[in-house]
Amino acid sequence: MQGNEACVYAAIDCGARFYAGYPITPSSEIAELSAKYLPKVNGIYLQMEDELGSIAAIIGASAAGKKSFTATSGPGFSLMQENLGMAIYAEVPCVIINVQRNGPSTGLATRPGQGDVMQARWGTHGDHPIIVLSPSSVQECYDLTIRAFNLSEKYRIPVILLSDEVIGHMRESLTIPEVEDLIIINRKLPLVPAQGFKPYTPEEDLVPAIPPFGTGYIVHISSSCHDESGYSHNAPQTADNLVRRLHKKIEANQEDIVQVEWFGPEDAELTIIAYGVISRTAKQVVINAQANGLSVNLLRLITHWPFPDEQVTQALKKARAVLIPELNLGQVVQEVHRLNSFNTPVYQLSRIDGEIILPSQIMQKVEEVLK
Amino acid sequence: MSGYTFKSYLEKSQLPHMWCPGCGDGIILRAYTEALAELCLAPQEVVTVTGIGCWGKADDYLGTHAFHGTHGRALAFATGIKLGNPDLTVVALMGDGDAVTIGGNHFIHAARRNINLTAIVTNNYNYGMTGGQYSATTPLEGKTTTSPNGTAEPGFDLCFLAEAAGANFVARTTCYHAVALKNMIKEAISHQGFSLVEVVSSCPTYFGRFNVHPSPVKMLNWLKDKAVPVQKYREMSAAEQAEHFAVSTLVNKNRPDFYTTYKRINRPDQSAKGEE
Repeated sequence: MQGNEACVYAAIDCGARFYAGYPITPSSEIAELSAKYLPKVNGIYLQMEDELGSIAAIIGASAAGKKSFTATSGPGFSLMQENLGMAIYAEVPCVIINVQRNGPSTGLATRPGQGDVMQARWGTHGDHPIIVLSPSSVQECYDLTIRAFNLSEKYRIPVILLSDEVIGHMRESLTIPEVEDLIIINRKLPLVPAQGFKPYTPEEDLVPAIPPFGTGYIVHISSSCHDESGYSHNAPQTADNLVRRLHKKIEANQEDIVQVEWFGPEDAELTIIAYGVISRTAKQVVINAQANGLSVNLLRLITHWPFPDEQVTQALKKARAVLIPELNLGQVVQEVHRLNSFNTPVYQLSRIDGEIILPSQIMQKVEEVLK
Repeated sequence: MSGYTFKSYLEKSQLPHMWCPGCGDGIILRAYTEALAELCLAPQEVVTVTGIGCWGKADDYLGTHAFHGTHGRALAFATGIKLGNPDLTVVALMGDGDAVTIGGNHFIHAARRNINLTAIVTNNYNYGMTGGQYSATTPLEGKTTTSPNGTAEPGFDLCFLAEAAGANFVARTTCYHAVALKNMIKEAISHQGFSLVEVVSSCPTYFGRFNVHPSPVKMLNWLKDKAVPVQKYREMSAAEQAEHFAVSTLVNKNRPDFYTTYKRINRPDQSAKGEE
């Protein structure tokens, strides 16, 4: 099955019952399959007039209690940024799948890119946390879509699945577990009485238990600065407390959220840091290098954001050099520089012509570095 | 009787409101909450969705469920809320900026889809919250802070727009006609499908001051004189019509709403074409 298709099966398996989106290459299969299967499970597929409306509709449906998702690519993802911030600020869970294509602007609509790593982190205005996951196989499109919903429900934050054109359109076999074997997390509900209920009162884990509209609890959701009642409140301390808590609920759970994969020898001379389609190329390079007597391993980023600071720091500390191949002019590499207090040489390999980076290109760079 | 009064839907701790003296918003808020009381709707059954602007602040004073979203997107959020839980009564409160300027696309598509919700649009012909700039309903040559010599753009007719897009129920009144307004809101909420109530409202602070009169009383009288029942309006000459607008129910259809139609077409047991 295709990566894009795997995302839909996963969404439905973990209980998503509402999709709103606007078709865009290379994500359209997600819309098409959702349109086909959601009605079979009493769900709704809604084709909105644009991506501003698409994300607004999934936020609305989620506030009304439905696990909701949308899928898009660069241009549509740009249009979603304002309401992405709204969902973060108002703590409404939802999943946004961005099947990245070459940009900027309309760019090469049918070719892969990885140019949205920073947009996924910083695209919406103001200080905010975000969770972004990056699949590199069809199996992971399934697994990480489940994980995206789980993290979104658990921490009440939008989660972005940052896929790319190759991963989305690639066909591989995968194992789909029995639904009863899946670990599914649903948002928690309040245990306090409805009288005097304040939906944004954080619990011990800093996450508030906000019920959906239509239960006995009155729920006030606001894009404006709000206090624990959910009503808008402009006091400086309220503004400060809210944004700091939003950050803290993610920072405090870094260990639960951040996932990476190490591949190859533990103490390699050179570590490649890669993600998405390019991590597949890099894996081949690690295998080829070993055969050629070169000491190379791979740190594959499964969680993009929050950034795997600890694991990248470890790589910078241990390796003689670090190489970051990406389908952009250098986005993850900047984060690696931020963490590099070890003077470890950091090399970058970019490709932005709509083609993927080939193993031979990475290998050439590896040989140059290790010479 | 339900025992609900308009006060059942107000969050008293949030009052007094922030609207200017003479603003129509207070009258409209009262009409909305009275309509809810007369419809015997529990606050827990109602989601009030607001946008951004003076009227977009209305949720601050309401004790129903509320969703205060981003500018222009109220109907897109409301669409998701209604489809997420069709049992809820969903009412979107928007100004002319929210509804048909920045949010015009959502407005026509919510009407076209015939989503079963009610839009109460306060049309005061300008952006009050940001200081009186022109919107897509400011009439041609209307003076605002960004059209000091008069705007070169003609304004939208909200009701025509909604009707052309497919709305089931379309009605217009003014904030002068407070009782008619309440009844109209009741009818709109009770009507299945997309319902629009346009409330032509007074902004003495900006639009009134620049174009009519800064006095709230004179503004209300101006609205009263401008508003003509639709039958009478139709008998007017084009020149007279240009000086007035039609009020009362303008469209009353019973096209099935989106959810009903979607469920009819997409039964869970139905196999989609092309199924392996």
